[in-house]
Amino acid sequence: MTATPHAGRTARRRRVSGAVMAAPALLLFGLFGVLPLGGVLVLGFADWDGLGTISWSGADNWTAVFTDAATWDALWLTVKVMVISWVVQTPISLALGVFQAPAARWRAVLAVLWFLPLVLSAVAIGLAWQALLDPSFGLGSVPGLGFLAEPLLGSPDLALYTVIFVIAWQFIPFHALLYQAGVRQIPAALYEAAAIDGASRVQRFLVITLPQLRYTLITSSTLMLIGSLTYFDLIFVLSGGTGGPGTATRVLPLAMYITGFQSHDMGRASVLATTLVVFGLVLSLLITRLSRFTAMDSQQEGLT
Amino acid sequence: MTTTTSRTTPPSRVVLGQAAGGGRRGWTHPATRTARHVVVGASSLFWTALVVVPLYWIVITSLRDQADFFTTSPLTPPSDPTLDNYGLVWSSGFPTYLLNSVIVTVAAVALTLAAALMASYVVVRFNSRSSRWFFRLFLLGLAIPLQAVIIPVYLLIIELHLYDSLLAIVLPSAAFAIPVAVLVLVGFLRDVPRSLYEAMDIDGAGEWRILWSLVLPLTRPALTTVAVYSGLQVWNGFLFPLILTQNPDRAVLPLALTAFRGQFGINVPATMAAVVLSTLPVLALFMIGRRQLVAGLTAGFTK
Repeated sequence: MTATPHAGRTARRRRVSGAVMAAPALLLFGLFGVLPLGGVLVLGFADWDGLGTISWSGADNWTAVFTDAATWDALWLTVKVMVISWVVQTPISLALGVFQAPAARWRAVLAVLWFLPLVLSAVAIGLAWQALLDPSFGLGSVPGLGFLAEPLLGSPDLALYTVIFVIAWQFIPFHALLYQAGVRQIPAALYEAAAIDGASRVQRFLVITLPQLRYTLITSSTLMLIGSLTYFDLIFVLSGGTGGPGTATRVLPLAMYITGFQSHDMGRASVLATTLVVFGLVLSLLITRLSRFTAMDSQQEGLT
Repeated sequence: MTTTTSRTTPPSRVVLGQAAGGGRRGWTHPATRTARHVVVGASSLFWTALVVVPLYWIVITSLRDQADFFTTSPLTPPSDPTLDNYGLVWSSGFPTYLLNSVIVTVAAVALTLAAALMASYVVVRFNSRSSRWFFRLFLLGLAIPLQAVIIPVYLLIIELHLYDSLLAIVLPSAAFAIPVAVLVLVGFLRDVPRSLYEAMDIDGAGEWRILWSLVLPLTRPALTTVAVYSGLQVWNGFLFPLILTQNPDRAVLPLALTAFRGQFGINVPATMAAVVLSTLPVLALFMIGRRQLVAGLTAGFTK
């Protein structure tokens, strides 16, 4: 623009427009995202039943929560769900994603079917599996599926694994989708070169596909681990809101909900929520660290 | 197409990082190949069955009468299919819950799109320190799990006198959809050539004019992606409605489903009819715009 007296005014007007445009997102996210992040830490020092007035209670909630064996049980269950979910979901998602990637008609038809769980809500999935796994009228009464006629969700030993299975059923399609997108971005030239080189299919998978998918692997693993850390909806529905039988599926988010909204102890629930936040942040930092370590090499190695 | 070149014979060795593997030839024995096809085929069929059988069961169960449910094998189609369960669900307040879900989803998505589009434009267009901070805030936001902050959000909603209203679901849902939306839109807007903005600057267009007649039409595909992704999240969202509303008249579909489960009790076919009905709108969208849905689901996480 030419240097006229108008320039200054234009620049100021631009800044004002910019601020106005930024305001709604900033306000909404600040109010419901950032502010509560501080709020949850503060409420950990409060005494509040969720309805009445809030009073301060010092560090009581913290000592109460961390000397309670139930907290450590919930933490341990959360870690178990996270680790087992990752171990189960990653190889299956990777295999399905690699399978779906080539453009063939019958693969496309299968892929449409495989994506269907993505459109169901966690509540719908929970209600359906609860009925499907009913020992008397569920799948267990189909000839050949008799092994399912156990109280899978009702047994303290099996409930957690059953929940992990249903979580996998819900989320594998999404992660397969991520891997599929990842595979499709691998330059075809790499495979052509490897074929000319005489690399077998297994070699090509190990030497090209897997290394090229490491960013997808990091993304998918991050979402899986953080996702199962905070997972609530499905476990809530499958256990009828109790995290049961007993406390067999009472992971940290459920323990928080029950403490806060059923036992009306928001202070202790906030301590549990803060634990969740810290756990999540440490996990993200750890994954970023680890992934930066592998991100040092070029993603396009072999091409240049 | 990337995996069909396995039998090309090597004319000469091409330099390729680590892929050489000692010069083994890419030819596999036919028996090995057949075995591989059997394994791949069987596993994909197994997974397909694992996905399809429960879905099939949901549909046929919703068409049974209750007596049939207790006497017939679960996977046998009903001898006398009936829509009575759907009638029962419909007359148990379903239209109200459907309307609530539509209102909440449309409002939250509209709010997300408007706020995120303006915010992304600011991030891309104003290359200042505050705009970079602004962007970093949303990146941080991606790491905030909504489950962890639900108690302060609950307190906030009470203080704002919004408890037990649809707006109580809309505002936090939009707030938590904004970070991903900004991330996707910023990635998209960064690819718009600077010269387009500059041309409009020279024409003397203000920021609002540029946003409206340049950015909005250009970002339409990305906006569709964001709308689909956030729409699905809000439609299926459970925690905000569970905590922030109470009156059955304000219930959205996921919440209503759990209520139906309690109300219908052992009438599993009716519960499954409710499951089908609550999924139909999303399923219809899935049929029309599967591509957008797939793009929407992965957009924030692939590059």
